[in-house]
Amino acid sequence: MQITFRDKQYETKPNITARDALKKIGLDPESVLVVVNGKLVTDDVVLREGDEVKLVAVVSGGRET
Amino acid sequence: MRCRKCGTTAVINMRHHKLALCGEHYVEWVLAQTDRAIEKYKMFTRDERVLVAVSGGKDSLALWDVLLRLGYQADGLYIGLGINDPLPYSDASLEKTRKFLEFSIQYSVFRTGDDTQHATRITHPSTPLRSAQDASRFTPTLHVIDIAQTYGKTIPEIARAKMRGQGRPCAACGLTKRYVMNRLALDKGYAVLATGHNLDDEIAVLFQNTLRWQTGYLARQAPVLPASREGLVKKVKPFCRMYERETATYALVRGIDYIYDECPHAGGNLTNFYKTLLNQLETESPGAKLSFYLEFLRARGEGAFEQFNRVEELHACEVCGQPTSAPGRCAFCRMWDVSRVVE
Ligand SMILES: [Zn+2]
Ligand SMILES: [Zn+2]
Repeated sequence: MQITFRDKQYETKPNITARDALKKIGLDPESVLVVVNGKLVTDDVVLREGDEVKLVAVVSGGRET
Repeated sequence: MRCRKCGTTAVINMRHHKLALCGEHYVEWVLAQTDRAIEKYKMFTRDERVLVAVSGGKDSLALWDVLLRLGYQADGLYIGLGINDPLPYSDASLEKTRKFLEFSIQYSVFRTGDDTQHATRITHPSTPLRSAQDASRFTPTLHVIDIAQTYGKTIPEIARAKMRGQGRPCAACGLTKRYVMNRLALDKGYAVLATGHNLDDEIAVLFQNTLRWQTGYLARQAPVLPASREGLVKKVKPFCRMYERETATYALVRGIDYIYDECPHAGGNLTNFYKTLLNQLETESPGAKLSFYLEFLRARGEGAFEQFNRVEELHACEVCGQPTSAPGRCAFCRMWDVSRVVE
């Protein structure tokens, strides 16, 4: 199963929670948002084969000062 | 996970608040939390004009959106830094900001009277404005100041000229932005300048200042910086208790199209490193970030850093009149080699 983050692809096995998948690929669950099939979800959601999983970095954009 | 309010699928689980919410109830929660912070820290009222510093990023656009939906008179200020190499970062940021404004005017906010142009438009059904019944509805304005057009050089150019290629242009950029924001806010008569700093921004700075025991900085870090003297506008941070993932979630849920790329000069900076560390801490110990900040504010409020809050003597810059610590020209006028006031 593929996870997309910053134009990179990560491979994990399906049927695990998003939180576990993040930890497996070495990402801190606190620092990304999980979008499955176009919908923002909480990280207890179980990822299934065929899901389109995209991660959105929490830290981005320009600072204002 | 289910929304605590309505039981539908949640979009966010805030472990530090033990609260999961769906999109609709999350937006409601963000509005209420922000309004509470504005009131608690006495930031501004609905009778005052607010200038929001917008960068095209998620925090500032989310803040502008929230303030408008809460019925505040919030205008935007975008500063064109001219950072367009290797990627058109500044141009893209302005584009996102303009699109956001168009969307806002179209769907949420209006005013009658001198500006009837938008008065006939239909209010977005999911956008209940607190002051929607007010006779004077509000149309937000975006002020755009292009640094190169105004001062003759882009930020990378002035940084190269002044720093001889040493280090990143962030210092020149920060100085310029602070100056331009303050000046425009004063010139246009805004009561306050609001920035989109979130809790993660605040604690990254707090952590850095604590590691070095920068007591003077600690004494001055706060959700509100009062207009302590003439020539300085009051500065406020209405999102100071909002986690960065919360502002990002708000932007996504609201469909705000923001600039996702970092400023190309921000890569690898210390602030982001501290944010990463603090997020690791938060993952292991939910609520650690929030209590780090709130307990700091409590200690500060109890006067823990009071003795370090030195009031330095300020002089008026001989060119622009802005307050400056040394007599003569201020740091901004020196850097930009300004010898007369630029309009
Ligand atoms: Zn709900
Ligand atoms: Zn000056």
